[in-house]
Amino acid sequence: MHAIEKILARASGNPIVSTGQIVNCRVDLAEINDLYPQTIFSFQEMGGTKVHSPDRISFILDHYAPASSIQQAENQKLMRKFCHDQKIDLLFDVGSGVCHQVMVDEGLVYPGMILIATDSHTTTHGAFGAFGTGVGATDLAVILATGHLWLRVPEIICIHLKGQLAPGVYAKDMILHIIGSVGADFAIYKAVEFTGEVLKTLSVSERMALCNMTTEMGAKTAYIKPDNITLEFIKGRVKKEFEVFESDSDFRYSQKISFDVSTIEPCLAVPDSVDKVIPLKQLVGIPVHQAYLGSCTGGRAEDIAIAAKILKDRKVHKSTRFLVVPASRQVYLDALAQGDVETLIKAGASFVTPGCAACLGIHEGILAAGEVCISSTNRNFPGRMGHTSSAVYLGSPAAVAAAALTGKITDPTDILAKLEKEPS
Amino acid sequence: MKTIVTGQAHVFGDNLDTDQIFPGQYLELVEIEEIRQHAMEGADPDFIKTFQPGDIIIAGTNFGCGSSREQAVTTLKAAGTGAILAESFARIFYRNAINLGLPLLVCPAIKTFISKGDSVKIDFKQGKVLNQTSHKILTTDPLSGYVLKILENGGIKLLVKEQLALK
Repeated sequence: MHAIEKILARASGNPIVSTGQIVNCRVDLAEINDLYPQTIFSFQEMGGTKVHSPDRISFILDHYAPASSIQQAENQKLMRKFCHDQKIDLLFDVGSGVCHQVMVDEGLVYPGMILIATDSHTTTHGAFGAFGTGVGATDLAVILATGHLWLRVPEIICIHLKGQLAPGVYAKDMILHIIGSVGADFAIYKAVEFTGEVLKTLSVSERMALCNMTTEMGAKTAYIKPDNITLEFIKGRVKKEFEVFESDSDFRYSQKISFDVSTIEPCLAVPDSVDKVIPLKQLVGIPVHQAYLGSCTGGRAEDIAIAAKILKDRKVHKSTRFLVVPASRQVYLDALAQGDVETLIKAGASFVTPGCAACLGIHEGILAAGEVCISSTNRNFPGRMGHTSSAVYLGSPAAVAAAALTGKITDPTDILAKLEKEPS
Repeated sequence: MKTIVTGQAHVFGDNLDTDQIFPGQYLELVEIEEIRQHAMEGADPDFIKTFQPGDIIIAGTNFGCGSSREQAVTTLKAAGTGAILAESFARIFYRNAINLGLPLLVCPAIKTFISKGDSVKIDFKQGKVLNQTSHKILTTDPLSGYVLKILENGGIKLLVKEQLALK
């Protein structure tokens, strides 16, 4: 069995499981965000009165943080009351940040766990060797009522990453390149494991970006085998006992593909699909009205640090707005401690409350008709960040910062190379 | 759930995402009637004016990709969607549809088989799709036992309700 199958076997109480089998799994953590009061309604429609396991449920108010309409405020109020009535302690209110970052910051994510959330980017937690997957409100309500959820044991694809990344090329470029070559429906219903030497050079932050974006190739879950980097990161954060599962040597992947990552250049996903990926060099010069750095994909302290490096003692271009949304309160504090927040504010950036903000076109940086945004987020569907005729280019945090500086799509490797030559 | 469904086809392309099925700006809505009014607004602003209860949605690959928003199913169900046939579905959309009792079927090559406005008859148990306009029949894998059981109960809520009542 693969480690993913061993996780599902443990959670379902089966000695072995195999591809295609439907298993009823005990969920270690179920997380609900403020887009889904329907979770509570569905729970009540099921006849639920007391949640099964309040200590394995978390509510994180991130999508409407803070509320910008009465209805949003009502939805959040309902969730706070539900947590109070049901004795759910893991309520992270407005300002805590995007659920995926908050759960990691709070030490709630660990290898071998089953983590189900009402958010499609729950694949992020494969970075820790957890089985993370997104579901809708009613599926989550099933967990509130029973503590369990049925899952189909997925086929597992191995994506092997050969070689090392060139300077100025990041995990985001790598995953965009991969999605561009395999397509948005490549891994529907399947799990994706990343392997390869390059992983040893990727921080937890970069691994999270990699796993996060597997959702955009349709993956059910992602997986990186926990190693010293993982264990070092979670040491002191995670209080629970956990088990790191090993895949058996005779396990057969449903498919194996490999990429030579040393040839990958900075690239962007162009409107209106995440799998339309083009080398950034071919897009240089396109005017950008808004540069957006944030989200569960590209809003961590390392991402903010790259932007600060590019914009230190410089100014955001006068024709561009630069919005920075730290992925969580902890990320915000880390970036503050490093001086990066001050650097970026002096450069002309606007900081937005940690949360999902404009990533999904709700508030805090909506685009007007015909406007162009370069973003470190995860989706560029038509109208994703505002008007249906606005355009979103997805790229690395470095590509976003480079465009904020020049007001147009710019190769960040050129800027970073110049910075290397300058005396510090 | 009716295991045989007949309706008129509305045809869409590949990778139709949930931002188009139910744009993000409406996610705060909780009233079903309000949610219904914005069905498919990002793909076709006139959809709700032309779509009749019982009509069938035909789509290409990866239908419902993107966000986990269950409202993408809620809005189509409230619009009276009889069934959705697609070459493939994004997994969260698929689960959401089953959970809410909206029947759907994976039908490879369905787009080449059905055109806009065709009358379509679907037998979910047999995995048969009859194009009553062109008089052609397409066969595909029927719904699996577990999924069919949920759909036959009108969604998963009733099943969980029974499970809770047994305790």
